[in-house]
Amino acid sequence: MVKAKHKVDVLEKCPTGIRGLDEITKGGLPRGRPTLICGSAGSGKTLFAMEFLMRGAMDYREPGVFMTFEETPEDLAKNFISLGFDLHDMMSRGLIATDHVYIERSEIEETGEYDLEGLFIRLGNAIDSIGAKRVVLDTIEALFSELPNATILRAELRRLFHWLKDRGVTAIVTGESGDKTLTRYGLEEYVADCVILLDFRIVEQISTRRLRIVKYRGSSHGSDEYPFLIDDRGFSILPITSLGLDYPVSTERISTGIPKLDTMLDGKGFYRGSTILISGTAGTGKTSLSATFADAACLRGERCLYFAFEESPRQIIRNMRSIGIDLARWVKKGLLKFHSARPTLYGLEMHLVTFHKVIEEFKPLVFIVDPISNLIAAGTASEVKSVLTRLIDYLKMTKISTFLTDLTHFGGSLERSSEEISSLIDTWLLLRDIELKGERNRGLYILKSRGMAHSNQIQEFLLTNKGIDLIDIYTGSGEVLTGSARAAQEAEEKASELVRRREVVRRLREQERKRKALEAKIAALRAEFDAESEELHLVAEEERKRQVVLAEDRLELAHLRKRETFSSPAKRLKKKGERRVR
Amino acid sequence: MKTISPGKGKKAKADSTQEIWNLRLYVAGQTPKSITAFANLKKICEEYLAGKYRIEVIDLLKNPQLAKGDQIIAIPTLVRKLPEPLKKIIGDLANTERVLVGLDIRSVSG
Repeated sequence: MVKAKHKVDVLEKCPTGIRGLDEITKGGLPRGRPTLICGSAGSGKTLFAMEFLMRGAMDYREPGVFMTFEETPEDLAKNFISLGFDLHDMMSRGLIATDHVYIERSEIEETGEYDLEGLFIRLGNAIDSIGAKRVVLDTIEALFSELPNATILRAELRRLFHWLKDRGVTAIVTGESGDKTLTRYGLEEYVADCVILLDFRIVEQISTRRLRIVKYRGSSHGSDEYPFLIDDRGFSILPITSLGLDYPVSTERISTGIPKLDTMLDGKGFYRGSTILISGTAGTGKTSLSATFADAACLRGERCLYFAFEESPRQIIRNMRSIGIDLARWVKKGLLKFHSARPTLYGLEMHLVTFHKVIEEFKPLVFIVDPISNLIAAGTASEVKSVLTRLIDYLKMTKISTFLTDLTHFGGSLERSSEEISSLIDTWLLLRDIELKGERNRGLYILKSRGMAHSNQIQEFLLTNKGIDLIDIYTGSGEVLTGSARAAQEAEEKASELVRRREVVRRLREQERKRKALEAKIAALRAEFDAESEELHLVAEEERKRQVVLAEDRLELAHLRKRETFSSPAKRLKKKGERRVR
Repeated sequence: MKTISPGKGKKAKADSTQEIWNLRLYVAGQTPKSITAFANLKKICEEYLAGKYRIEVIDLLKNPQLAKGDQIIAIPTLVRKLPEPLKKIIGDLANTERVLVGLDIRSVSG
């Protein structure tokens, strides 16, 4: 253990310059030691070795020797050109030296003892001629079929690798994969420091290239299988280093391009650097929504990368013009870049390598994939999840806002098809069809949106010639109505409202009338009452007067009675009659 | 070393034949294998090609750039430059029979 630790401290690495490889190997290949690159035919061994030399010569000022055992120098030069390097030019500048080693089996006879000193001399001569620091032997195994004595060959190969170490050159030795061994002739026995396996697999007619570091003595390294891409700029290896969850987050908000949708999202739109998923069945307006978002980004002067998997860029531009979005001007300005490819062109991981590559080249702030569902279909659920996690981690690390659309199937649950990636999504919008009364309308709602208060309402989603509009959906009398049904319902409601209002007015008027009648009645009764009480009062007065008179009469009578003793009653009666007259 | 050594037994006999066997022996320093190879070659030539051969010994330690031209990887390697076609024999030439086959001498002498 102690010894190994000591080695780690000492081990110097030689950067390859191959995109992604230096990250995986944490610095490059072991300097001054041979590395074995193995893989089946066509797995890219030669290109790998070639790029190692070229990058070394161009980027690190380390000249290199390419010793080829299979390809002729002409073929080699052609291969180099396919990576954009001019081999002849580099040779004339003393950056690269090549040597083509071949043996014609038919013209060679073997008798007695020999060694491969000639090869050593040639290699040494080539190294000395340009002061090479890097060496490629491609594929030294060819000697096994050319030289009959395997025992000598093996002894000499062992010596060769020691010799390379003594020379202090960083070497790449390629070898073809065997049935059960890494290489057909067991080269891995000799090259013990670093072994890299290139794999070329075809699963369901889709090919995927993968790279794995089988062994790297004295150094830690990524042990996964890393997908890689070979194109006109050489290798791109997707580092599957999990970036983890400690990425920076932004509190900046960016508009969705639809004011109403911004309102639904707390009034401010998405968070910058968040991941947005739009799910919906066919024809629900996913692409229109993506284009609106792209348009909004470009309006802010941000670069936007649009990966289209269903339509060609021109078709998208034409179609979006019909809803009043002019994307062509952004393309012309260089703010918007389309990248179109059939999803079946290659496997999921290869697409992701492409994503990485194009993102690194274009450096967008907004990244759109339309739709991602076709990619999901290209892999198993676990593959998709691990691969997308890495992509989204990467996008978040670089603060790129990601907008993914997802085509869901009719009939199925809208949420289900994307469940494997739902945990990665920050804001999830759902577009759905609402079928009612013989027509189909679009509805939009927010399934989730992390870190913001958001509307729970379904909005009707309208595509107009001035872009996307959202309308509050009719939700009266316990049902949801859209489109013409909503309009009809609204009209109907307006009519019945009018009727109701008139009814109220009518009843109010009646009430008023009743009130008036009542008041009149009350007045009449009061008048009657007054009249009655006045009469009563008169009667009472009469009575009182009568009583007074009666009392006077009685008194007079009493007087008379007393006088009666002196006069006749007739006289008294007469007197009484007199007074009455008075 | 680079010993250019025309056959010592070259006499009038050699002039009468149209063909001169031009043989080139590649070595890397004076190693036992090289010395053995040269000795074996000399013996065979004297026996079968007396008077009509030339042996050129090339020491790659001195002229490493020459290895590329004749596609030399093994040491020692004997190259039959003439007569055509080119033939190569690798090893210390210990097995005379195989050297004769390799150089295609049988048919000439027989």
